[in-house]
Amino acid sequence: MSYLYYPGCCCSMKATGKAYEESLQAVFNELNVAREELKDWNCCGATMYMAIDEMQAFGMASRNLALAEKQATDGDPQIVAPCSACYLVMNKTKKYMDEYPDIGKPINAALKDAGLEFKGTTKVRHPLDIIVNDIGLDKVRALVKKPLDGLRVASYYGCLMVRPYSEFDDASHPTTMDNLVEALGGEPVNWPLKTRCCGGSMTGTVEGVGLRLSYLLLNEAQRRGADVMITACPFCQTNLECFQKRIDRSVGGITQMPILFFTQLMGSAFGISDRKLGFHRLFVPFNRDKIRHHAEAAK
Amino acid sequence: MVWKGWSNIKYSDKFDSVFTAKMWKGWKKAKFEEELDPNFAEKIAQMPGCDRIYNCIQCGTCSGTCPMSVYMEYAPRKIIGMIRAGFKGEVLSSYTTWLCASCYSCTARCPKGIKITDVMYALKRFAIKEKMAPSKLPIPVLANEFFETVQKYGRNNEGMVVMKMYFKTNPTLPIRNLIMGIKLFIRGRMDVIQDKIVNRAQLHKILKSVGSGH
Repeated sequence: MSYLYYPGCCCSMKATGKAYEESLQAVFNELNVAREELKDWNCCGATMYMAIDEMQAFGMASRNLALAEKQATDGDPQIVAPCSACYLVMNKTKKYMDEYPDIGKPINAALKDAGLEFKGTTKVRHPLDIIVNDIGLDKVRALVKKPLDGLRVASYYGCLMVRPYSEFDDASHPTTMDNLVEALGGEPVNWPLKTRCCGGSMTGTVEGVGLRLSYLLLNEAQRRGADVMITACPFCQTNLECFQKRIDRSVGGITQMPILFFTQLMGSAFGISDRKLGFHRLFVPFNRDKIRHHAEAAK
Repeated sequence: MVWKGWSNIKYSDKFDSVFTAKMWKGWKKAKFEEELDPNFAEKIAQMPGCDRIYNCIQCGTCSGTCPMSVYMEYAPRKIIGMIRAGFKGEVLSSYTTWLCASCYSCTARCPKGIKITDVMYALKRFAIKEKMAPSKLPIPVLANEFFETVQKYGRNNEGMVVMKMYFKTNPTLPIRNLIMGIKLFIRGRMDVIQDKIVNRAQLHKILKSVGSGH
């Protein structure tokens, strides 16, 4: 079994989600997860590509799946896709190629034309799934050097990680990330908007709509007393964090709340330096001691 | 924290006016049997993932769970009803399909297992093919820019794509969003160089032999 790391480009690791990649690498190093980058990966054929041409979108994703089979040295290849959209699209492609011969046949033929082959052995995994189910929370607990000391954390799963093609958690009431927070010594906040849409690309196109969806999430998390929110998708993080000031200006009633990637919070509990976890890339600074001080003062 | 309620939320005025005008037009139009397209539902049902639209029981779970339905002129339940009734023009020229953020809540919760998100994708593609997509909305423009960039280079550069979209739809917006871009750039979260894959020939070969199907 070999893990092949697929960074992903749209809304991504080399761009807005750079801190996600940095912190994920640091956490994987700490957990001793052997992995290599998928060579010459291409865009997954994300949701917007599908709106223009679905068959080509499946073609794009299938190239990655086929490349993974070619690169894997021992056992079935497992693609590690940190971006929720990439995770969903590659899973969907695999499923649809299986289910609909109208899609599977032409795509397999196209791959053969280009000198590739997809047998269907590649698995697409989310880093959260790997950390919780492959590595296990016991190992995570053992590595915690600076426990979160009851920091109230709202876990925001976003849409595409838990539905509809993923199998590692419930689609409506996911708990994986909350269990992880507990293992790190934090206090998971129970809130109902865990999987509600953050607005996605709407923030760029019809801004009023996108900002309102993000506002609802921020407002509800704060109403329930969350100190920080953690996400697992670079797009959600950008929407909720970078636009926080703009939301506050147009709606009001939002106090600044740090939005972290779950890997950043993990790294912080493992005692990894802030620089390595990309905390300097945040718009809303995250300072654990300061937040705790505030919480104690409020009590 | 005080719950401020829905009415306190301010929307962009521009979006609101375009939107209401469109809604008004749609509602005031009476339809006669001969104006409907009886084969419309069949055409949609042929697309992969859309085969179950005939199973719809019009329960409204999709509209209820949709975070965007408050902005749509026809919510997802109504869209399926309209597809089956043959309202081709209204469905394809509506904002609804483009407002779908593809969060898959409807697909996950539909009691009849209808893949509503796939139906929305199918409608988007159909609207482009029939040249009926709403021209004033930036969403199709963004989708097209994204499509062209990824097809050419194999990877995407979100900053460039968004910039191109702004220049094509509302050139005053880049100035407003420039500050955000600069802030992202300072923090190393924006790349100005287009990322490319090495074996572009292979990718183009795959895309060419897949063709532009649905």
